[in-house]
Amino acid sequence: MSYKTDLYQQVILDHNKKPRNFHTMEGATHSCEGYNPLCGDRLTVYMKLDPAGVIDDVSFTGSGCAISKSSASMMTSNLKGKTEAQAREMFGSFRKMVTGEAENSDEERLGKLSIFSGVREYPSRVKCATLAWHTMASALDGSGSTTTD
Amino acid sequence: MSVIMEKEALDVKKIRAGFPELLRSVNAYPLVYLDNAATGLKPSAVIERMRAFDMLEYATVRRGSYKIGEEATEQFELARADVARFINANPGEVVFTSGATQSINLVASSWGRKFLKEGDEVLVSAMEHHANIVPWQMVCAETGAKLRVIPVDDTGELVMDEYARLLGPRTKIVAVTHVSNVLGTVNPVRDITAMAHGEGARVLIDGAQAIPHMKVDVRGIDCDFYVFSSHKLYGPTGLGVLYGKADVLESMPPYVTGGDMIERVTFEKTTFRKAPARFEAGTPPVTQVIGLGEAVRYIQRVGLGRIEEYERELLEYGERTLSAIPGIRFIGTAPGKASIISFTLGDIHPHDIVTALDHHGVAVRGGHHCAQPLMDRFGVPATVRASFAFYNTFADIATLAEGLREVVEVFS
Repeated sequence: MSYKTDLYQQVILDHNKKPRNFHTMEGATHSCEGYNPLCGDRLTVYMKLDPAGVIDDVSFTGSGCAISKSSASMMTSNLKGKTEAQAREMFGSFRKMVTGEAENSDEERLGKLSIFSGVREYPSRVKCATLAWHTMASALDGSGSTTTD
Repeated sequence: MSVIMEKEALDVKKIRAGFPELLRSVNAYPLVYLDNAATGLKPSAVIERMRAFDMLEYATVRRGSYKIGEEATEQFELARADVARFINANPGEVVFTSGATQSINLVASSWGRKFLKEGDEVLVSAMEHHANIVPWQMVCAETGAKLRVIPVDDTGELVMDEYARLLGPRTKIVAVTHVSNVLGTVNPVRDITAMAHGEGARVLIDGAQAIPHMKVDVRGIDCDFYVFSSHKLYGPTGLGVLYGKADVLESMPPYVTGGDMIERVTFEKTTFRKAPARFEAGTPPVTQVIGLGEAVRYIQRVGLGRIEEYERELLEYGERTLSAIPGIRFIGTAPGKASIISFTLGDIHPHDIVTALDHHGVAVRGGHHCAQPLMDRFGVPATVRASFAFYNTFADIATLAEGLREVVEVFS
């Protein structure tokens, strides 16, 4: 195996180069800055939830490695239209997947996000992959900032 | 004899055979270890000496009046004497700590709390490791002293004019690194010390990055404190050195208290032993000290002059080879560097570069290197750092360059 086939697959490299939903958001109902003290990566996640708790829009800004940036990009692409509860469930499954504890139901729930399963072979990169998710969950909790610690 | 030895070039092949970890492979590639600024690998000489000591010679020191305790104490103090001679100090001026970090914390807490007061100033530089910033920040907050910062120019040298301007009667201590762990810059520590002494300030030099690369003469520098870690000098972890001038150490109260550092204890009052014992409470890391003593002897056998010369060649070759990689930007281009190269590569994140290189068995460091203010100074969140030791080869550097070329292809 090589880092080009198991970790940095083409889809991930593509999201890194051209991140989706990569902008600040006017009128966000939730936002949070996430920080990984290990590497200094910093992301802000913005969300707009409707009164029923459905995620109408989600975006992010910040700097980070290819793993954290593409993970944030793919997360935002997959959260639109999901409910708050579904978003939290996806975070749970995602975390289980990148730490190698996922069950079939988790992989099913994650769909295209399963491309990050290779991260489990790289324990030092788990926090890169989960930074955006931690930040999203903290935004839902109403925190202004969070760290991966 | 040793003079003749120093004239011969380094036999790198023979040296590498003495570092067992260099024989291992990583991801089916031979290990190319280029993170020597983080920690040095251990030569067999050190590993075997520590093993032999633990097998048959181990005992606690400075306590038992039985034979093996006395023998262990003798070995322990012999190691202290060798370490002292290595930096041109007296054994009584060498305090064993848990590492350079604890050495600085000891000075900041003990000396700082006693001698710093409101209105005083502590000078550090913009290129310090967090270990030489945060302890001073804490003691400043406690005493009301102010932390001021000597700036760094675009090449990574200290701005000495600015240092001269910052120095004044309020300056009580100047704490700077001998060699930058990110930039490789070798600072003019003799001048820095002389200028500080001119204002009556004390000087602490963080020698963690200097000690494996060059001959250090604490008396020549004339600094009041010099700190370093054993593990960067190819010795064991968990051990460091605080050198302090005898009269300065004598003026300082204990830092950690307990057994072994006292003269007399009653419930009313305790009196403390002289330095270095005053600063070595509890059972010391005996085997580690024996290991450091052996590391120092090993380095002297190889010869620091030869190490310096060969590492200079590695650095020149490294800078020349890496400068041809598209998009590379060197962080730290001062003349007269130690063998450390920090760089960024276009907008490819250092952690991605490190993961990719790891696949080729190349171990380099990516991140802020515990020097976030310096990252801010150069406007980068992180760098990749390749740091060379005397057991590295030109082929190691060629493998690094090859890996980097592939990284550029994959990520752009």
